[in-house]
Amino acid sequence: MIATQRSGTGSMSPSSRSPSGPYLTVSVSDPAKMGSGVQAYISYKVITKTNFPEYEGPEKIVIRRYSDFVWLKDRLFEKYKGVFIPPLPEKSTVEKFRFSAEFIEMRRQALHVFVNRIAAHRELQQSEDLRIFLQADEQTMERARSQETGIFKKKPTDFMQIFKDVQSKVSDVVLGKEKPVEESNPEYEKLKKYLFQLEDHLAETQKHAYRLVKRHRELGQSLSDFGKAFKLLGDCEGNGLGKAFSEFGAKSQILAIKLQREAQHLLMNFEEPLKDYVRAVQSIKATMTERANAFRHHCELAEAIKFKEIDMNKLRLTRSEKLMEAEHEYEQLKADGVEATGKFERIVRTMNEEIVRFQEQKTLDMGLAFHEFAKGQASLANGIADGWRSLLPKLESLSSS
Amino acid sequence: MMEQMESLTLNDDPSNGSKPYFDDPLSSSSQFVEIPTDDAGDLRSPLQKQTPIPSHNSINSILEPPSYAEAVFRSFDSDQVDASDINGHDHAGLESRSFSSDFLRISVSDPLKEQEVSGSLVPGGSSYFSYLITTFTNLPEFNGTEFNVRRRFRDVVALSDRLAESYRGFFIPVRPDKSVVEGQVMQKTEFVEQRRAALEKYLRQLAAHPVLRKSEELRVFLESHGKMPLMRTTDVASRMLDGAVKLPKQLLGGESGVGAADVSEVSQPAKGGMDLLRIFKELRQSVANDWGGAKPAVVEEDKDFLERKEKLQNFEHQLSSVSQQAESLVNAQQEIGETMGQLGLAFVKLTKFETEEATYDYQRTRAADMKNVATAAVKASRLYRELNSQTVKHLDKLHEYLGVVLAVNNAFSDRSSALLTVQTLLSDLTSLNSRIEKLEAASSKIFGGDRSRIQKIEELRETVRVTEAAKNCAVREYEGIKESNKNEFERLDQERHDDFLSMLKGFIVNQNRNQGLVIRYQSLKIRNRNRNHTPL
Repeated sequence: MIATQRSGTGSMSPSSRSPSGPYLTVSVSDPAKMGSGVQAYISYKVITKTNFPEYEGPEKIVIRRYSDFVWLKDRLFEKYKGVFIPPLPEKSTVEKFRFSAEFIEMRRQALHVFVNRIAAHRELQQSEDLRIFLQADEQTMERARSQETGIFKKKPTDFMQIFKDVQSKVSDVVLGKEKPVEESNPEYEKLKKYLFQLEDHLAETQKHAYRLVKRHRELGQSLSDFGKAFKLLGDCEGNGLGKAFSEFGAKSQILAIKLQREAQHLLMNFEEPLKDYVRAVQSIKATMTERANAFRHHCELAEAIKFKEIDMNKLRLTRSEKLMEAEHEYEQLKADGVEATGKFERIVRTMNEEIVRFQEQKTLDMGLAFHEFAKGQASLANGIADGWRSLLPKLESLSSS
Repeated sequence: MMEQMESLTLNDDPSNGSKPYFDDPLSSSSQFVEIPTDDAGDLRSPLQKQTPIPSHNSINSILEPPSYAEAVFRSFDSDQVDASDINGHDHAGLESRSFSSDFLRISVSDPLKEQEVSGSLVPGGSSYFSYLITTFTNLPEFNGTEFNVRRRFRDVVALSDRLAESYRGFFIPVRPDKSVVEGQVMQKTEFVEQRRAALEKYLRQLAAHPVLRKSEELRVFLESHGKMPLMRTTDVASRMLDGAVKLPKQLLGGESGVGAADVSEVSQPAKGGMDLLRIFKELRQSVANDWGGAKPAVVEEDKDFLERKEKLQNFEHQLSSVSQQAESLVNAQQEIGETMGQLGLAFVKLTKFETEEATYDYQRTRAADMKNVATAAVKASRLYRELNSQTVKHLDKLHEYLGVVLAVNNAFSDRSSALLTVQTLLSDLTSLNSRIEKLEAASSKIFGGDRSRIQKIEELRETVRVTEAAKNCAVREYEGIKESNKNEFERLDQERHDDFLSMLKGFIVNQNRNQGLVIRYQSLKIRNRNRNHTPL
């Protein structure tokens, strides 16, 4: 498995680049503003390095935008039920923020992680949609993307299913069967509970992490202004004391820069990974919904089969002409039932594997994030201590004069 | 409070060279003063060794009241605390103080509510607070080495006013505000404590002033029991009458018999004396100075002084902006500490949760690592709080100097008003002399002389004599103030230099110390991190 790397510039993951074995690594980089006015958007360079047979050349570069990534995610979600599809960064709601350097960089990093996770996933990496995403030219991509928007996403059979779902929901309500059918799997229940609580904890930690980033920035700004004021004081003071003030002020400003840098580092290497995992848990919840749907479908069919059987037996007794038709329908339902059960069981199996993978990945990623936090704080503290200490000899020489 | 003033302890902790300040966290009752003498230097980290012994000689060992110690958080095993905070004067001066022979230590304590003795205009009697002023000294000016008195705020106002009268031109520390409104808004106990602290600070500042500490006014305040003697300045009515009666007599020629006392009264500032007529005259003079074409005879010529004045204005301007920034810096430090604490708690909850819910061993190990980070974050937040409380104390020096600027401005007003008095008297003399001339010219035309005119001339001459004497007195006063200004400036420059340098140093060292501790914690975690960061 390729460990996801969160790099500042979008470089490739260096691990498992064995020329002998199969590899697929992707990078998302070089955000560029395209178009103007209301139509403006950001495009990203997506570079694929691979030796997969279906893919072109050792390296391929394409240009993609955010909605292309959304397309990919939706397709994968449709096709690979049960798999925890990696999360995407949110759409930006605040217009002003949309093109800020910070937002763009945060988004770029998140997209980079997204694609790499897919490329590292045993099943997902085989996806045809992924190949299209990574290789197709812009026009093909655009066509694919516009085809899949909205209601046209669904195939005709899915249409029927949607109607049936609505129908059955309505009839359930009418008949007073409002409680949706749910699995009674204690382990699964435990997992659900765990995930909900995990999301809460992660969200709270992320909230405070973001605040801490802001505090670093505020402290940096304060220290910078403080330094500036001291420099002015030094100017009007003159002689030895004035010099001391000026040096002190200059040093404050330098250290303020360190604070700003650490704020950025904290943001990208600590807060964003946390946010990413909050999203990941939300994505798992979407998968859980799919599982619930599949389960319900399987249950409904099982019930329909039962009723049909009763009907059939009734018809058999009365030797009705409708028996043929009913038998035919019965067989159809049974086939559907097998399919539905199969789908559901596949999802369960997949999810079990996915949970293991998720826990491993989470432990790694969270560990890394905490490491970055500690490292950043330590280096900041070191930097500040060294900075101030270097000023002391100058002050000493001034006070003895 | 008293025992604290006695215990100057130097703590040597030979255990850890990396920790700059040494303190015994266990003995919390007595206070600790950082005395960076050379021999203690070996036990400190290199950066501490270099604190010098400054040259200037303020002789006040002042120790912190216990409340600061409580405020400083001491939760760790061997964490060190910076206890070298002094109220009212800089750290650097301490060594010289503890080694010099004379001292004057004042403390204010024990606020008591007392009833106003009958005789007040308000029926039913009002109450006020009195404070115990305790003094330890070996100065010869005082009658004794240890004594105390009870004083109320009104007495402090009186002291301040008397000093302002007697020591014109000096940079007299500004007394605490009366701030009645604030007193009504705050909780009574809070207000009383604030006032107590402010009074103590003020008295210590007086005690630190090389000239004022030896003043009679201060001595009386500290030593004499009973009510403070009434001020001349408060005796408004009699002053007014005196002024109103005497000055016209002097001008229009009344009784001769005006004595030296009256003349010297002239040299007192008119405003203080509520001498209405004189106020009007000087006001007229100052307008004439500002608008008039004729330049007054004596003018502020001292370029040096004018330069200093301008410099001081700049200094004040910059200083107040620094003071503002310092305040927002302290706020930002506080906020980051709080957020760090909240983050740490969130960490703790997360890692606890993960540990409990872990299904695999590797999860538990990693969660244990993360827990270290969590605890370190919580500790870091406490460190920030501590760092901040120390920063506040160091940067408080900035605020203090804003007060000093006030004192200097007062001294400048003294100088200006003294100059104005001289100018007024000079112009009086001029106009008197010209009147005499006119009268003499007129009466010389009349044969035998004009009886009434001659008499008038005599009266005027007498007035001139008196005014001349007054003018000389005023000139002496003015020169005296100029001299005081000059000396005070030199003292201020030296003190300012030392005070601010030690403030900067204190600030820096403080930042260092805390950062060092943060580093220690963080590097703990990193070691763990690296050890366990193995790919699965």
